Amino acid sequence: MIDKFQLWAVIIALGLGTYLIRFSFIGMIGGRPLPEWLLRHLRYVAVAVIPGLIAPLVVWPAATGGETDPARMIAALVAFAIGIGFNSVLGAVFGGMAGLYLMQFLLG
Amino acid sequence: MSPDAQPRPKRVGSAFWRGYRDCSPFILVVAPFGLLFGAVASDAGLNLLETMTMTILVIAGAAQFTALALLQEQAPTLIVIAAALAVNLRMAMYSAALVPHIGSASLVKRALASYFVVDQVFAVSVRAFDFDDGLDTGQKIAFIFGAGSAIFPFWIGGTLVGAFVGDTIPPEFSLDFAIPICFISITAPMMRSLPHLLAALVSIAAALALAWMPYYLWLMVAALLAMIVGAQTESWLQRRRA
Repeated sequence: MIDKFQLWAVIIALGLGTYLIRFSFIGMIGGRPLPEWLLRHLRYVAVAVIPGLIAPLVVWPAATGGETDPARMIAALVAFAIGIGFNSVLGAVFGGMAGLYLMQFLLG
Repeated sequence: MSPDAQPRPKRVGSAFWRGYRDCSPFILVVAPFGLLFGAVASDAGLNLLETMTMTILVIAGAAQFTALALLQEQAPTLIVIAAALAVNLRMAMYSAALVPHIGSASLVKRALASYFVVDQVFAVSVRAFDFDDGLDTGQKIAFIFGAGSAIFPFWIGGTLVGAFVGDTIPPEFSLDFAIPICFISITAPMMRSLPHLLAALVSIAAALALAWMPYYLWLMVAALLAMIVGAQTESWLQRRRA
């Protein structure tokens, strides 16, 4: 059983801490100019974080108990190909999920 | 532009709806993920007030699941907080990356926008801000509000439903995989530039190689390596062109 006092301490500290992490640079730096070398690195934050964040979900999905699943790998490639080829997010989402269902059907 | 051209009116409303529309594919992700959190939290013994307060204050699924798991293992309070915050450390990078875009907005607007800086909102914002030009600071703030408004009600509503009825989505739908699919779909068009593509490949390789590291440290290290590779490749391309 989770201790109620501990639970509320975690909820408040985690809520406040997460907000402060999000606010950190936006709040403290504000409109001050950043050096060019830093801006050059910051341009790559999205492609540096998001692919790493989801790579384990693609390669070791929890739904298969962490076992690499060919249907999911192919579906991920389909979504990537549609996204980069047609620049269409919705097309890539639905193409990827359709690819997953099709591969799951074909591969049993 | 001709010298007598009027300054373009700030179409803040249309930027809001553009953000809303760009982020709406993620509804497919956050609704079932919220449902799952609600179900797991109520199984863990949290009442409705506790579950909803956590989900509204934190708005970060992975950290919420981490905190819940550690609480159930009777881990010390400080460990639970530190571990769950470590999961969210990537958002400091998001915050830094948004400075050039919205840093000059008023403090109140920046404080409100910060609440919305979750993975999905950040991904669609960068895509809109870096790859299409023409949005001013006010429009970028409106875009972020719009993107957040598209998914937050579904995250919160999903949690609420999950707390009442449990996780009712059949596993055959494989909605777990909608998470990577949505993020792949949003980021794929960015890979048309070589530095972005190389940064993403380094991020993937390092994240998988460093998966043994605890507390999402693997993600921070992978992201820093990938940013350096992206920036170095950009410099190299510039030198070669010069």
